[in-house]
Amino acid sequence: MKAAVCVGVAFVVLTGLAYSAPQWLVFMAMLVLAKGIVVLGLLVLMRTGLVSFGQGLYFGIGAYAAALLSHHWYIGDGALMLLAGAVAAGLTASILGLLLAGYRDIFFAMLSLAFSMILYGVLVKSAALGSTDGFNLHARAFLGFAPASGAERRVFLFAGGFCVVVASLLVHKLLGGHWGRVATAIRDNELRVSYLGASPYRVVYVNYLIAGSLAGLGGALAALAVGHVDPETAYWTTSGEFVFIAILGGTQSILAPFMAAAIFEALRTIASQYVPNVWQMSLGIAMLAIIMFLPAGLWSLAQRRRRSA
Amino acid sequence: MSAMLAAEGLTKNFGAVTAAADITLSFDADTVVSLIGANGAGKTTFLNMVTGYLKPDSGRIIFGGRNIVGLDPRQVAKLGISRSFQIPQLFQSLSVRDNLLIAESIAAAGDPRSATDAALARFELEPYASRVAGSLSEGIRKLLDVAMALSSRSKLLLLDEPTSGVSADEKFGIMDVVMGAARDAGVRVIFVEHDMDIVARFAGRVVAFYDGGIIGDGPPQTVLCMEDVRRYVIGEEAPHAAA
Repeated sequence: MKAAVCVGVAFVVLTGLAYSAPQWLVFMAMLVLAKGIVVLGLLVLMRTGLVSFGQGLYFGIGAYAAALLSHHWYIGDGALMLLAGAVAAGLTASILGLLLAGYRDIFFAMLSLAFSMILYGVLVKSAALGSTDGFNLHARAFLGFAPASGAERRVFLFAGGFCVVVASLLVHKLLGGHWGRVATAIRDNELRVSYLGASPYRVVYVNYLIAGSLAGLGGALAALAVGHVDPETAYWTTSGEFVFIAILGGTQSILAPFMAAAIFEALRTIASQYVPNVWQMSLGIAMLAIIMFLPAGLWSLAQRRRRSA
Repeated sequence: MSAMLAAEGLTKNFGAVTAAADITLSFDADTVVSLIGANGAGKTTFLNMVTGYLKPDSGRIIFGGRNIVGLDPRQVAKLGISRSFQIPQLFQSLSVRDNLLIAESIAAAGDPRSATDAALARFELEPYASRVAGSLSEGIRKLLDVAMALSSRSKLLLLDEPTSGVSADEKFGIMDVVMGAARDAGVRVIFVEHDMDIVARFAGRVVAFYDGGIIGDGPPQTVLCMEDVRRYVIGEEAPHAAA
């Protein structure tokens, strides 16, 4: 029931935005959805007590996979690009996850960071992939439907946004059931989980796979929004941004990453417009304030309100 | 009657320390067994080898007709050997009910929620069901730890010092609940214990460990009176077996 309401609300909001929002807002909404879904993947990992400082790896793979479809194979369908982004990232995660699922704490965080920086290094050195400049992509249709020139992004916001909503609800269902409970149990006491007869390695591996695929989906959606990809998508600051958004929003709800991503993007846009020289410092101060006054993230405000109501 | 669990020639060394020196033991399905011994005698090492946490240097452990040496704790748990811990291993941030629900769901109970309700009732944990595990008293934590171990697929329950850290007036009550629950579930029990009053009351057989070997094995009234057991396990005091 709750899920149906969420889909309904998302449908109305996305339709409204796609139809009537100015171009800059359409662009920003796409970025918010793209980053939000990556952070939702981070939340899935955090359930098992793991923080990845390298989700840029999958964000970058998703973005480049989408862009390569257009650039090398002249495929301009946004749906295929999103699928390619999620699948390419998922496949990579399925291989790297075999190694990473055996690590915990700072070792997991640093190894994931290392892999993302390897991709960054490869992209920067690769002339065929545009080196530091990257390259453009041209998406003109979604599932065969080709909108009028100039309206593509609106269609991508609506359709891509819908993919994000569906993926989020699937994650919500997964975490709300047995799987979510076992993941939390692993965060609390991995030894006990083994002694009860479940495999922490398997749960971490699957969660890593989910996080990777969602980051790939986010990367592809961001590429559709920007129309360009470059190695920055895999750089450590991009990965750091995802962790920043996760802390900003908190981990209590699947809506938190999207709300936090929206605030983050708004904050960055405003700060870089009005205080261009110190916009990073503005973000840093915001982060400090959150950690000091709302350690459970902005979403805890909503929870507090609900509890007092 | 064939043994439900048997150890044959188990040896385990940690550097120069011998934690298990050629241990051969067999446990039948009818008797509650207590493992006693001073700290470092090899009791917990024995439990750790049976549950797959430690691999013996040599020897075999037979359960259900197969050698289980080399299996990890998860695989051993799936065969039906479950254990509780000297320091309760709980999911601290979750409620008592969720702790049990996770245990029952992992054990693939057909209906984990009703299995959880049954466990809450059987272990008298209903008043604490919604309390967070990290906030409980040691006695309740111990009970919860055992309740989680005794899930629907358990065949053999290994308890590592079920009453350690529990106040003297709670000990017998906790053991009554635990043993009653295991009996009702038809699960066999082997428990490690330091309190000889508990051993005398609840065990049908006592195995005394010393320095990685076994110095006494038999009914409590016999073993607790043995000279070596009195000297190395209980101390020089007279045994409490008659109590």
